[in-house]
Amino acid sequence: MTALPPPGGRKLGLVIDLDTCVGCHACAVNCKEWNTGGHAAPLPDHDPYGAGATGVWFNRVHTFEAGEGAAARTVHFPRSCLHCETPDCVRVCPTGASYKRAEDGIVLVNEDLCIGCKLCSWACPYGAREYDHDAGVMKKCTLCIDRIYNENLEEIDRVPACVATCPASARHFGDLGDPDSAVSRLVAARGGVALMPELGYAPVNRYLPPRPRRDTPGCTGAPAALPEAASGGGRFLRWIDAMLSR
Amino acid sequence: MHPAYSVIFFTTASGAGYGLLAMLGTFAAFGLVPPDPWFGAVAFALALGAIAFGLVSSTFHLGHPERAWRAYSQWRTSWLSREGVAATLTFVPAGLFAFGWMFVGENGGIWGALGLVVAAAAAATVYCTAMIYAALKTIRAWNHGIVTRLYLALAVLTGSLWYNALAWLFGHVSPFAPLVVIIALSYGFWLKRRYWMYIDGTHAASTVATATGLAGLGPVRLLDAPNTQENFVQEEMGYRIARAHATKLRRYAFFLLFAIPAALVLIGMEASLWLGLPCAVLAALSASFGVVIERWLFFAEAKHVVTLYYGADAA
Repeated sequence: MTALPPPGGRKLGLVIDLDTCVGCHACAVNCKEWNTGGHAAPLPDHDPYGAGATGVWFNRVHTFEAGEGAAARTVHFPRSCLHCETPDCVRVCPTGASYKRAEDGIVLVNEDLCIGCKLCSWACPYGAREYDHDAGVMKKCTLCIDRIYNENLEEIDRVPACVATCPASARHFGDLGDPDSAVSRLVAARGGVALMPELGYAPVNRYLPPRPRRDTPGCTGAPAALPEAASGGGRFLRWIDAMLSR
Repeated sequence: MHPAYSVIFFTTASGAGYGLLAMLGTFAAFGLVPPDPWFGAVAFALALGAIAFGLVSSTFHLGHPERAWRAYSQWRTSWLSREGVAATLTFVPAGLFAFGWMFVGENGGIWGALGLVVAAAAAATVYCTAMIYAALKTIRAWNHGIVTRLYLALAVLTGSLWYNALAWLFGHVSPFAPLVVIIALSYGFWLKRRYWMYIDGTHAASTVATATGLAGLGPVRLLDAPNTQENFVQEEMGYRIARAHATKLRRYAFFLLFAIPAALVLIGMEASLWLGLPCAVLAALSASFGVVIERWLFFAEAKHVVTLYYGADAA
């Protein structure tokens, strides 16, 4: 059903820290690795080592430069489905294949109903949906629905693959509908932002902007510089100094 | 946006078909055309054939055409679904109306009223088609009130030109058909000019700064793409047309869709059969090519906000 569920309740999503992301693409790779065997498997992966590599990825890492001159900085920017609260990708679907779950807000595609018209990908401003030419259906991030509720996994592993693998802990998963959850508090503390809020799709995922740049070092208690080399010293050192200065 | 030929042929062929149906319905209702069975047979075959051809060609770009029937289910939210429902429902009054015209020999009275129903259903279908595009907030060039009016005007323009050519062929020439052509043509041209001025003169409210949330750091520009080869999103949404080509194609669309048909229809109004018929047929053919170019540009010139993530300065 492409009608949206009533608002409220849980809003599972990701919080991505652009301050700590190092742009290693591990999240994208582990996403592909998990999902090519998961809910939306398999993901096309043609000519993966050749010059014309193509395939479906749910998560892609862009790299931007922000600011000018000496103040400019590199910002790595992982981009995936934001599981919007009012997504048009769901409402435009003519068959009901695209849907938003009432219980946790995850946006999914029922591949058995999808006719592959691609209209949902046109409706998404975030480029989150990629068409699978092999299967003739649309695919997208599932928020690793087959991990986060998977009781065969240790509880600590019940997070999306991208979150589990991030070596910089730049990705956080949780309920953004609960103001007291760890992710909500993180967003509040760091001033997390929504992407393209002006379009009105109310994305759930939040991005934490890079922290202010520090141009002066903090105080560690150590002297700022080594003391000047002392003059004087013993007769032997003076002799060495004289020899070397000759 | 990538201009897919199946969608271009669908929207132009079915647009002309619905325009012709609406002409037949309204002209019959106002007693402007007799129920000539041969005229009816050819006109309905052309109109319904173009619509059916358009609908079938629109399924060519689907990943699973055999599941297309499922698209009838989500008419409460989806304009694509509504279009499928409207297109199918239109066949009911259109079939009855055609039956009355060809086999009962009637197209006035109650049959004429049915003709008005056909015209309304045809207009509703074209409106739904246009809303598929006009409802997309991600594409500034489409998300505008001009788009639906333009689709309706061009459907009436191409449909009335086809009607005019058939009317010459079967000897049912009426001054009202060229009148409809000239009105639709003037309105369509005025809309298209405003449309081009609109898409040339504005940008989307979204920028790479709002797309990344990095506005606080200063100007934002793409340093590295996420992939070495073009991905689906870039192929589908990242189509770019050179400004020089767009200018040239706009000129072709202007001449083929507006200028040439206007001249030919005006020449044909006071002409004999030997001049009037070729003028009317050429006008219809010219506009049919012109509307394909116009529709190709409608896609090719439309920029999607997702391109902001792939290095576009504005969308």
